[in-house]
Amino acid sequence: MEILVILVPLALMLGLAGLGGFLWSLRSGQYDDLDGAAWRAIADDDPPPQEAPVKR
Amino acid sequence: MQVTRDFSHYIRSAGEGLQHIDLAVEGVHCAGCMAKIERGLSSIPDVTLARVNLTDRRVALEWKAGTLDPGRFIDRLEELGYKAYPFETESAEEAEVAESRFLLRCLGVAAFATMNVMMLSIPVWSGNVSDMLPEQRDFFHWLSALIALPAAAYAGQPFFRSAWRALSAKTTNMDVPISIGVILALGMSVVETFHHAEHAYFDAAIMLLTFLLVGRFLDQSMRRRTRAVAGNLAALKAETAAKFIGPDEISQVPVAAIHPGDIVLLRPGERCAVDGTVIEGRSEIDQSLITGETLYVTAEQGAPVYAGSMNISGTLRVRVSAASEATLLAEITRLLDHALAARSRYMRLADRASRLYAPVVHATALLTILGWVIAGAGWHDAIVTGVAVLIITCPCALGLAIPTVQTVAAGAMFRAGVLLNAGDAIERLAEADHVIFDKTGTLTLPDLEVMNAADIPADIFELAGRLALSSHHPVAAAVAQAAGARSPIVGAVEEAGQGVRATVDGVEIRLGRPSFCGAEGLVGLADDLDPEASIVAFSKGSEKFILSVRQGLRPDAQAVIAALKARGIGIEILSGDREPAVKAAAHALSIPEWRAGVTPADKIARIEELKRRGMKVLMVGDGMNDAPSLAAAHVSMSPISAAHLSQATADLVFLGRPLAPVVAAIDASRKALHLMRQNLWLAVGYNVLAVPVAISGVVTPLIAAAAMSGSSILVMLNSLRARTSREIV
Repeated sequence: MEILVILVPLALMLGLAGLGGFLWSLRSGQYDDLDGAAWRAIADDDPPPQEAPVKR
Repeated sequence: MQVTRDFSHYIRSAGEGLQHIDLAVEGVHCAGCMAKIERGLSSIPDVTLARVNLTDRRVALEWKAGTLDPGRFIDRLEELGYKAYPFETESAEEAEVAESRFLLRCLGVAAFATMNVMMLSIPVWSGNVSDMLPEQRDFFHWLSALIALPAAAYAGQPFFRSAWRALSAKTTNMDVPISIGVILALGMSVVETFHHAEHAYFDAAIMLLTFLLVGRFLDQSMRRRTRAVAGNLAALKAETAAKFIGPDEISQVPVAAIHPGDIVLLRPGERCAVDGTVIEGRSEIDQSLITGETLYVTAEQGAPVYAGSMNISGTLRVRVSAASEATLLAEITRLLDHALAARSRYMRLADRASRLYAPVVHATALLTILGWVIAGAGWHDAIVTGVAVLIITCPCALGLAIPTVQTVAAGAMFRAGVLLNAGDAIERLAEADHVIFDKTGTLTLPDLEVMNAADIPADIFELAGRLALSSHHPVAAAVAQAAGARSPIVGAVEEAGQGVRATVDGVEIRLGRPSFCGAEGLVGLADDLDPEASIVAFSKGSEKFILSVRQGLRPDAQAVIAALKARGIGIEILSGDREPAVKAAAHALSIPEWRAGVTPADKIARIEELKRRGMKVLMVGDGMNDAPSLAAAHVSMSPISAAHLSQATADLVFLGRPLAPVVAAIDASRKALHLMRQNLWLAVGYNVLAVPVAISGVVTPLIAAAAMSGSSILVMLNSLRARTSREIV
């Protein structure tokens, strides 16, 4: 049962890390636009072809 | 005179030499729009950020200070096919956003604690029936306390605060039994752990908070979303005024940047965006949005004008007044305050339920303790059982029963084009059995339409439309819009108060007063038909036509009235307009009960009379004169085109040209109320099953947890049924 000395703090640390991650993501505004975020994930991320046609 | 657009009111500094502006954008609904807008705006040099928020339909922009004029972004978006306008976040919306984030933080903390406490509880539950050592069990209980106590102190804040507010006001609400239950469960668990007992209820207490926070958060995000949409709609009306910044120089500034004492210019065809007094000029103004009266009023020096009035003929200089100076507004505000005070007495279903619920639960717990003591049990055991009763009856499902239905029903209404202003509007709307409609702007459309377009040859109508583009008169604007005209005729001349004329292919064409076009002979025929219409004539050489322009009924008004009748709802019209106009509309819609020339005070009197007869009145109106009666009615609705004051007072706001959202909202709310009641009964039924188990003293934390989550999930699933709605009209 001595294994608990490692496992219990480990479990708590993992939980706290998850909570920390959630609070960070909340603070950085990741829940402000849930609809948009859903689409951004599947959008093509090639750089916008800005001046390409103009140069030609 | 030089006109410039001035958006400086909306620009914020974003630090490091950057400037920030938020734009509300109309018509963004997919990922394609998002990418198109972001690319289109980022390609402007010196723009450092262009990010679309698809949920709120907004764009955030940042650029190097001093390099760009924000007007350019709006033009660019227009090129891309989107209408945009800067907006200012209202303080009400900001408060909702802050509250929403706080609830989400609480929910995160509570969910984290629930998962970890459960991870510790399950070994204890299984250990209790196998070979767990008492020291190990105590260790796990203390660990649970370490997690649950701080988490509950943080995540329970929304409930504790609300309960405290209710108790200080000497009333009770749903949060009182919740707070008492949670605090007692935690307190007892600490005491029990201290005495090396077998059971502790940390898991039940923290899980309860998690479930309830889900309900709270859903409720909150519904309100936040409504606020965001309402904010966008207000911004997209793009209300500006031409303000004098020099003796001869005017600037087109947003209304928010206009202060009392400023002087604004009001040109023909413009809607006045401020309240004020005319200091120079003479014109006819259309005050139908304010008083419901469709006949034009003459405004000259010294006359008051109100926001929402349409200027018809001449140019006016208006000195902006503080709201309190205007007498009509002051009168309406007084009536409004009175009516609002009367309405706040309505008690929400949830509060009514909790008023019954809390005493019953607390009495049951007390009786359980006394009963066990009388039956010979020790005080310790009796109190433990009493607290178990409180835990198991904690209104977990009850707390979810109403917010979940409200959220789902609000979403369904949103899709039907109805926005909710008040959280309890659904309950009140479901009870409505009598509808009072205002006429102007509610049953009729707020903008003018050409009624006899079908009688006129298409090429002539098109020509008239193109000629109308050269006039500022609102009737001409309606003709131009109806004809879909885009290219104005070159060399058209406007004669003030008469009409417009031009020469096309050597033939003179004229549009204006019948006398201006030599078409008086034709007028007699049409005037009989429609007392409300404005008549304009069009002549091309010797060919003459007349056009009848008026506010048309909403396209589906007849069908909606029929649908309401089919639901057994009484209907009447109360209008500030004159009798022939109201009579014509009532006949067209076959509504037998109508009153014309009604003042705001009369409207309230009528509503009070109906109330005394025990009717629940739904008032649908848009004018400023309707605002007090909107507040006095049991529940109220406004079209989005309504005056600001009315929109702010109404419980629900509907979008678009059709009237169908009125019926859709009534149907959705009736269904929602039905589901709310069903949910409350489900929650009560669960308690009826669980309480005897708790009183008998055999409730273990495992049973409490299972019962709580089971009933919550059942209630949530039932709420989802509010999503589907039948076809209405």
